[in-house]
Amino acid sequence: MITAIGRTTLLALTYLGELGILLGNTISAMFAAPIRWKLALHQIIETGARSQIVVAVTGAFTGAVFAAQIFFQFHRFGMDSAVGSVASLALFRELGPTLTALMVAGRVGAAIAAEIGTMKVTEQVDALRSFGVSPIDYLVVPRSIAMMVSMPLLVAEACAFGILASYLIAVPMLGVAEAPYLRNLTFYTHGSDIAIATIKGFVFAVIIVSVSCHEGLETSNGAAGVGRAPTRAVVISSLAILGMNLILTFALNIIFPSGQ
Amino acid sequence: MIEVRKLSKSFGGRPVLREVDLTVEEGKTLVVLGRSGCGKSVVLKHLIGLLKPDSGEVLVDGEDIIGLPERKLTAVRRKIGMLFQSAALFDSMSVEGNLAFPLREQGIRNEKEIDTRVAEALDMVELAGEQHKMPADLSGGMRKRVGLARTIVGRPRCVLYDEPTTGLDPITSDSINHLIRRLQRKLGVTSIVVTHDMKTAFHCADRVALLHEGRVHYDGTVEGLKASTDPVITDFIEGRSGESD
Ligand SMILES: Nc1ncnc2c1ncn2[C@@H]1O[C@H](COP(=O)(O)OP(=O)(O)O)[C@@H](O)[C@H]1O
Ligand SMILES: [Mg+2]
Repeated sequence: MITAIGRTTLLALTYLGELGILLGNTISAMFAAPIRWKLALHQIIETGARSQIVVAVTGAFTGAVFAAQIFFQFHRFGMDSAVGSVASLALFRELGPTLTALMVAGRVGAAIAAEIGTMKVTEQVDALRSFGVSPIDYLVVPRSIAMMVSMPLLVAEACAFGILASYLIAVPMLGVAEAPYLRNLTFYTHGSDIAIATIKGFVFAVIIVSVSCHEGLETSNGAAGVGRAPTRAVVISSLAILGMNLILTFALNIIFPSGQ
Repeated sequence: MIEVRKLSKSFGGRPVLREVDLTVEEGKTLVVLGRSGCGKSVVLKHLIGLLKPDSGEVLVDGEDIIGLPERKLTAVRRKIGMLFQSAALFDSMSVEGNLAFPLREQGIRNEKEIDTRVAEALDMVELAGEQHKMPADLSGGMRKRVGLARTIVGRPRCVLYDEPTTGLDPITSDSINHLIRRLQRKLGVTSIVVTHDMKTAFHCADRVALLHEGRVHYDGTVEGLKASTDPVITDFIEGRSGESD
């Protein structure tokens, strides 16, 4: 048991080290080599733009059910007008970034791992290197830029749709008075909440793209390996997102104390 | 031009190469023979730094490339083109995109020049006019030839061919053999050809090396190889497994 825990810890630390090296190489490549903007733009369209529908739908349904649940509780105390502000805070601070990241990990992370993994086992990665092109410059950097640009925007989109859906549930459907609802919503939602959503989105983007590219580049064992890479990418990045979210929630609460 | 000294490599504790020594001189063709799985592709990948050896040296134009960081290897890789065993075409790009890739990476921006050189290279492998096909729509033999065209389009001084004729019909194989010879004669390209096709070996080789159990078992002239009475060599040339029905 103890040795099993020890071994798992060691494996996790090794993995973290490998991710750290990849991330370090990626950041230094962003400065040392010319950035391939065309590829980055292509990735923004492929990964960011095409994820909008799934992210918007996720945000909307989350906002809708969340507003309904808050209403069921708060209505008993006559605090109907607080539904909007509570939903908005929860969306910006927790649900929006986390759920968006989990959806994007499933959609984009898996695709990155499968694509790079296929290139690895079919020697396309070696072919790139044989022409003097670094796979970091050509594959990892454009995907990283695309994710870092797209994720905060996708998070914002999820939150916006969530807030809209919670409004539609609360005001027209459940009959909460509109004026106090909107007043509370704008009064209690601060710039700091939006900052938290953006920062979390950015950090989760780094996690998703690093884990997925790493899984892709480390793929071996032919088709079976390519089959495993996306699964591992999704599982590992999802767990990392949830863990990092907890850390960020506490860390960001120090920087942006709640309610200020 | 390329010299390999005491190259050793193992994967997961299993030795694949044991102190391999090979030399190919400027403008000459070395054919490396050996059974499947004996480490021929592994040797080639070491020559352009795609794999790092456990020990030994790889000298390109006198410079040891082992331990060079990835970015410094670019200069070496511009000199040496490699045809991968699986062709390794970029399947997100058309044939034209694949062939233009090394040219664009060399900094050529003139689209007319790129078009001309792509067409020329395709012509050499008898695939004129196939620019717009995608790799997934090509047969195995066509992929191999596109791979070859992509390798030579950048006009490297040295070409590493990993089984250039495996999986091709005899006629196409023959034309590839002539192409390898022609590149060497006309452009002075230094070549290393990895194969188990004896026709290719006899047609192209200035020298032959036979890899056997991770070591260089024979290194010399084609005539010497043909005249040898060593059972490892004669079995290989004549394709005898030693089994009977
Ligand atoms: N990247 C790798 N990881 C692990 N084993 C490898 C790797 N590349 C090659 N090998 C092993 O090395 C041996 C030689 O492979 P290779 O050079 O491809 O043979 P061939 O002579 O047919 O080209 C094989 O047993 C292969 O399994
Ligand atoms: Mg091979």
